[in-house]
This record gives sequence, C-alpha cells and structure tokens, in this order.
Amino acid sequence: MTEFLLGAAGFILLTVTVGLVRILAGPGNIDRTAAAQLLGTGGIAALLLVAGATGARGAEDVALGLALLAAFASVAFVNSVEQRPSDNAERADP
Amino acid sequence: MKSVADIFTIVAVCAGSFFFLAGTVGLLRFPDSLTRLHALTKADNLGLGLVVLGLLPQANGFLGGLKLVAVWLLVQLAGATVAQVIAEALRRRGPPP
Amino acid sequence: MTIIEALDIGLAFLVLGVAGWTIAAHEAFTAVIGYVVYGLLLALVWVRLFALDVALTEAAIGSGVTGVLLISAAVRLRASEAEMMHERLGIAPRLVAAALCLVAAAALAAVVLDMPDPGATLAPQARQPLAELGLGNAITAVLIAYRAFDTMLEKVVLVLAVIGVWSLSTDANWGGLAGPTRLERTEGPLAFLAQLLPPLGIIVALHIVWVGANEPGGAFQGGALLSAMALIVLMARLREAPAIGRRWLRVALISGPVVFLAIGLLGFALAGGFLAYPLGFAKPVIVFIEVFMTLSVAATLPMLVIGPPDRRPS
Repeated sequence: MTEFLLGAAGFILLTVTVGLVRILAGPGNIDRTAAAQLLGTGGIAALLLVAGATGARGAEDVALGLALLAAFASVAFVNSVEQRPSDNAERADP
Repeated sequence: MKSVADIFTIVAVCAGSFFFLAGTVGLLRFPDSLTRLHALTKADNLGLGLVVLGLLPQANGFLGGLKLVAVWLLVQLAGATVAQVIAEALRRRGPPP
Repeated sequence: MTIIEALDIGLAFLVLGVAGWTIAAHEAFTAVIGYVVYGLLLALVWVRLFALDVALTEAAIGSGVTGVLLISAAVRLRASEAEMMHERLGIAPRLVAAALCLVAAAALAAVVLDMPDPGATLAPQARQPLAELGLGNAITAVLIAYRAFDTMLEKVVLVLAVIGVWSLSTDANWGGLAGPTRLERTEGPLAFLAQLLPPLGIIVALHIVWVGANEPGGAFQGGALLSAMALIVLMARLREAPAIGRRWLRVALISGPVVFLAIGLLGFALAGGFLAYPLGFAKPVIVFIEVFMTLSVAATLPMLVIGPPDRRPS
C-alpha cells in the first residue's frame, strides 16, 4: 500500500509538472496563474498521499494550511492585473 | 476487511490520478484560456476529491478524516473562486478571438 | 532505486527547475508566479524531511503572505521595470557574476559533501528536558525555552520592521490609512470567499497554535495564517485596514514582545534568572506567551504587506 500511495503521489506530481512546464512558456500570465493553481492542487494531493504513506505527524495540518491559502496568490495576482488594465494590453492572451 | 479498504483506496486514488491527468491534458490541448479553466476545475474537484476519498480508510482516526475532507472542501472553494475571478478578468478584456 | 527515492530525486529536480525558471523570467510578475510555486514545492520538501514545523511556516509565508507582498511590489515597480528592460549588462560583468556564483555553489557543495555522516546533533539533549517543560514538540521547546532570548528579539525585529515601513509615510498621512480602499459592493466570488474563509481560517490557525506545544505548529505559523485571513478581507475590499494611529492596533503589534519581556523579567523573581520559567508552571507560561506572540504576528504581517499609509483617515 505504501508503495502504491507513493507511486500515485509521484504520478500526480509528474502530471501537473508537465502542465506547468508547458504553460510557463506562455502565452500569458493569466494562463500561468491557472497552471500554478493546478500545481497547487496537485501538490496538496501529493502531500496527502505521501503523508498517508510515510505517516509524517502533522502533515494534514500542512495540507490544511496550503488549502486555506490555495486561492491566495492567484486572487492577489488577478487583482493586481485588474488595477491597471491599460498596462496589460501587451500581455493580453491571444 | 482490511483488503476491502485497501482495494477501495487503490481504485479511488487511481481514479483521482486520472482526473489530474485529464486536467493537465486539457490545460495543454484546449484552445483558449476559458476552456483551459474548465479543465482545471475538474482536477480540483474530482482529482483531489477522489484522492481524499481513497485516503479516508487509511486516515488517522476521526479527526484525521475530518481534516482530509476539510482540505478537499477548502481547495474546492479556492478553485471555484479562482476560476470565477480569472474568467471575470478574461471577459473584461473582451471576447476570445 | 525505490519509489520513495525516485520521488525525492524528482522533487529535488523540480524545485531546482522552478528556481532556475524564476530567476530567468524576464517580467517581475512571471517571476512571482514561479516563486509561489517554488514555495509550495518547498513545503513538500520539508514534509519529506519530516520538518513539519518548517513546512507549515513555508506554506503560510512562502506561498501565501510573501506572494502577495511580491505581487504588490511588482505592481509598484511596473513603471521603472519597463525602463530597466532596455538595459542590458555587458558580457564582462555577466561572466564575473557567473564565476562568483559557481565558486559559491562549489564551496557550499564541498561543505555539504565534507560533513560527517551521521552529522553532529543536539537532538537528544533537546528532547531530554521536554517532560520537565510539559511539552511534546522539541521545536517549540527550542524556540520558547532554550533560546527564548533569540525568539523574543525576533518579535522585536518584526515591530521594528513595521516602524520602518510606517516611517516611509509622508507627514500629512501620518496616522492614516494604508492598503486598498473599501468598496461598497460586497457581492461576487471574491467577496464570498473573503466572507467564508476567515472563520474557517481562524479555527485552523488557533488549532495550529494550540497543538504547537506537542505537535508541529506554533505561534508563528498560526499568526501567519491569521494574517493571511486579514489580507484576503483587505484584497476583497470588504474592509479597510485600520489607521496606523489606532491605539488597539499598536497594542496588538507590541503585545508579543512586551508580554515576553515582562515574563522574562518576572523570571528573576520567580525562577532565579532572566527568561527562566518556574518549575511545574513552564507549560502554562509558554502557552500564555504564544497567545500574545500569535496576536503580534497576526497584526504585524498585514501591516508590512500593505505598506506605509497613503491617505488621511476619513
């Protein structure tokens, strides 16, 4: 069971990383935010799986903290983009 | 009984992993930002949801299980909000070409 | 190679890759996204190293509060950044910088490879008096008992940092407001999140402070989560930040170091030394200090993130 949970954690992390690598190149910062959000969710899933496999004490609390702040950076980011839309004309998604 | 719980874990975690794969494929293959968002929320809801469901039999007592479910609910809330906020930002920039 | 080794090595390369990409990114905004992802991955690394206290801090600070701080910095720097984009460094300074980085990296690698295995450790000595203190978490014991003086000074530094930020305000705005202005509109997904999340966040933060005595957690992690909740309310513009002249805000800011110092001085009378805790009462005293430190951290971090006051209180 331990091996399986670790394997699943590795698979999920690898999957969301592939998404991240592709999207880091562009096209725009909004898509990058979306990819970062996916990596956040995948990271939390991997954390829970690894914690389930290795029995690290308190790992659920770390996951809770990450889940509470999951929207945090993305919201701040979109908020700041929205403050001056004219500045972002050249960053607009195709 | 132990083995039944283990099989349940394996099936649910595999299904969850599949939705992470699906979310990533959507992120890579879908043509514009709004449809990519659609793919993203599948991973949040179903991917993490099924992983959490699968981990419940292995959870560390009642409080451990409660925390797992709370993590899923919080990520859903975050995912839904971010999707809305991003979509709103994209719409304000005009219709996708 | 077992699965866990493969996972660890993969994670290490992923962290290095994201770090490299963050440095190489041209725009400050893009780099901040990379930095937030980096913080999240680092939290995973700390979990793998079984350093759950650090993982909690990294989760709250690295991927939460610092991300918002860096994004607001990037917004402020946007105008000057556009000018900077045209400047390109000559080849000679680049080569010198690369050489210096290589030397530093090689020296660090040499030190790491040269360390004795197993390394020197004080862990048994740190665990031994835990029962006497009534604690189960050796990290909390290190922070609040063995090196309490350092921890107290760290909280003083936080207050000094707030004073430093506030001192950037103009005379006209002194005592005034900072951060986003309040909007009357309170609907939409962001307002919903900012209304629903803080009550849950407060419960989780208090839980993390409370279990800190025995399990991973503690005042700083809990306080950082609380400050994140305050920041989400500010970002959704449900409320304005308090004017920096408000008495309750100032009391909250200094409460942590003041209580810590007062108890430290009481130690002379009760336990025969500065910051000595009376035998048998160590745990209640430590929890008492942690409560006020949490309050201080929760008040300090949002004030640092939103910056100096830029308008008069209305």
